[in-house]
Amino acid sequence: MTGTSSDQSAGTSSVDQRIGRIETEFRAKRDAGHKLLVPYITGGYPGWQDAIRACAARGADAVEIGIPFSDPVMDGPVIQQASQAALDRGATPAAVLDEVPSLDVEIPLLVMTYYNLVHHDGHRRFAHRLVEAGVSGCILPDLPLEESEPWTRAADHEGVETVMLAAPTAPDDRLPRVAARARGFLYSVGVLGVTGERDQLAATATALAGRLKAITDVPVLVGVGVSNAAQAYEATRVADGVIQGASMMRRLIDHGPDAVGDYVAEVRAAIDRD
Amino acid sequence: MTDSTITDTTTTPTRFDADSLMSEPDSTGRFGEFGGRFVPETLVPACQELEAGFREAWADPAFRDDLDTILRDYAGRPSMLTECFRLSEHLGLRVFMKREDLNHTGSHKINNVLGQALLAKRMGKTRLVAETGAGQHGVATATAAALMGLECKVYMGAVDVDRQALNVFRMRLLGAEVEAVHSGSRTLKDAVNEAMRDWVATVGDSHYCLGSVMGPHPYPWMVRQFHRVIGDEAREQCRAATGADPDVVVACVGGGSNAIGIFAGFVDTDARLVGVEPAGGAAVRHGVPGVVHGMRSYLMQDEYGQVEEAVSISAGLDYPGVGPEHSWLSSIGRAEYPNVTDDEVVEAFQLLSRTEGIIPALESAHAIAWLSREGHTMQGQTVVVNLSGRGDKDVAQMMDVLGDRGDA
Repeated sequence: MTGTSSDQSAGTSSVDQRIGRIETEFRAKRDAGHKLLVPYITGGYPGWQDAIRACAARGADAVEIGIPFSDPVMDGPVIQQASQAALDRGATPAAVLDEVPSLDVEIPLLVMTYYNLVHHDGHRRFAHRLVEAGVSGCILPDLPLEESEPWTRAADHEGVETVMLAAPTAPDDRLPRVAARARGFLYSVGVLGVTGERDQLAATATALAGRLKAITDVPVLVGVGVSNAAQAYEATRVADGVIQGASMMRRLIDHGPDAVGDYVAEVRAAIDRD
Repeated sequence: MTDSTITDTTTTPTRFDADSLMSEPDSTGRFGEFGGRFVPETLVPACQELEAGFREAWADPAFRDDLDTILRDYAGRPSMLTECFRLSEHLGLRVFMKREDLNHTGSHKINNVLGQALLAKRMGKTRLVAETGAGQHGVATATAAALMGLECKVYMGAVDVDRQALNVFRMRLLGAEVEAVHSGSRTLKDAVNEAMRDWVATVGDSHYCLGSVMGPHPYPWMVRQFHRVIGDEAREQCRAATGADPDVVVACVGGGSNAIGIFAGFVDTDARLVGVEPAGGAAVRHGVPGVVHGMRSYLMQDEYGQVEEAVSISAGLDYPGVGPEHSWLSSIGRAEYPNVTDDEVVEAFQLLSRTEGIIPALESAHAIAWLSREGHTMQGQTVVVNLSGRGDKDVAQMMDVLGDRGDA
């Protein structure tokens, strides 16, 4: 660990220096030697609320709720299918967020969606909606650092933590700038490609997580291409935690919410091993 | 065809780079408030590398000479400017057609593709990825890949694979792999999504050969520069034929590459610039600013921001967005973007065939449909139409619409 939180936020406004709920909890758990597990569940897919409750009950540290979008360019077949099914059932951003308070879970929640839904609603309005629903963080995979300012200004103002993505393609001089803008945690993209399950954890996954750990004190979680408990174990030997989406959604699609809970417990046990 | 005159200039096209209204976008890739680079983090370095690579190549006389040479010796440039006497008489106008339909592969798409393929090779890429709607851009990309010894993968919506079977076969014949896209509306927009997903995974050795003036910076600017040869030639040819610039320049708009190419040659004249959209895909007229496929531009979307499906008789214009420079030209009032219905397009398809012996692509027929409907308001004026492609690919579809006699 090099750097500290005050190093990371040096030169930014006082509002930016507020550390939110996710980052506070994640730093404390990491510093206590606990590996972090964040499942992704597509909002509006049949059984999604029970799946999130199962995640919370079986060892997740936070849950990423997908708000389905018509053109999900970072998603592979499983999450595309789940998103389309949710849209076909009439899922809208408001409908998904309206359900969040009734989930009644103790862990922090994030929203993962695509930027047009935010842009269309208006930055301040969307950020405010998240806060009203009790959502702590937001991930927008098609909003890179250079385009992020209008959103992050609104999110910072409302107290929503914006998780930034870092990719294996980034040159060394880019990573510190991405890390400096990350709130909550830093999403280390595990593979060159879109979401989906792979036979093996890509070498790029641990390589990038290592590069990020060397330059930031923000918790680093690997996501995209972490496909099972063994791969989660492997990734967390370097990273502070993992995000798992396609493997969660495949279980929800094939077997329902209880299977998601069982899988979360399995991954939890694997990453807790020394 | 005894009364048609063909104007064919053999001089080098003039370049109007410096003072044009359509110069470079700003450092964030914006034309006014439109454009930008809204891509997954994985692709940001690739877009930056492409921007630097294009900037350097475009300023290199050797690259420009290589491109000019293949445009001349392989694609058949300059394309002719044909004066259409019988159509002119019918409409009460003086109509010229810029004959992009006569380019190798049958449309304007080859201009951009040869430029990008040459650039990809220069940047050390070995594989081209492309999306296609009607198949014209896919055929052009497969052609350039064959010419330059590059691998080629083309994504095409499953709906379009069915209605453009001939172009699918052409691409495969040329050595490209064609993959039908079954997600979303299964048309052009979904083919773009799938091509971007491929590029996210293969960015090291692949170049995304985007087919229109859309997508993240530098594509809208780069693709316009590769197509401005259309406008630069047409301006010179029109002056040679009439001694003046035209009163009106008209082209069809899906993403808007052929329109931006011809507009670039006339934006600093007094000519009216008219981009004709399909009624079922009128992004400029009915869309609101949105962000998809890497750019901020006018976009057809529902009340929540979900992208709506475009519906058009022509697969090539079946796109709910539009290139950001068109959004900008519209917002400052420099260009106008009316739309025409499928029925008007079918009539125009027949009109040009009957009066001039030219079967237009259904896309290009949109420009003629607008001219046919609005010609009475501009009697005696000189009009340059960009005939962006030929209609061979649409003949089977039109047999279904018109019946065997073709005169329904």
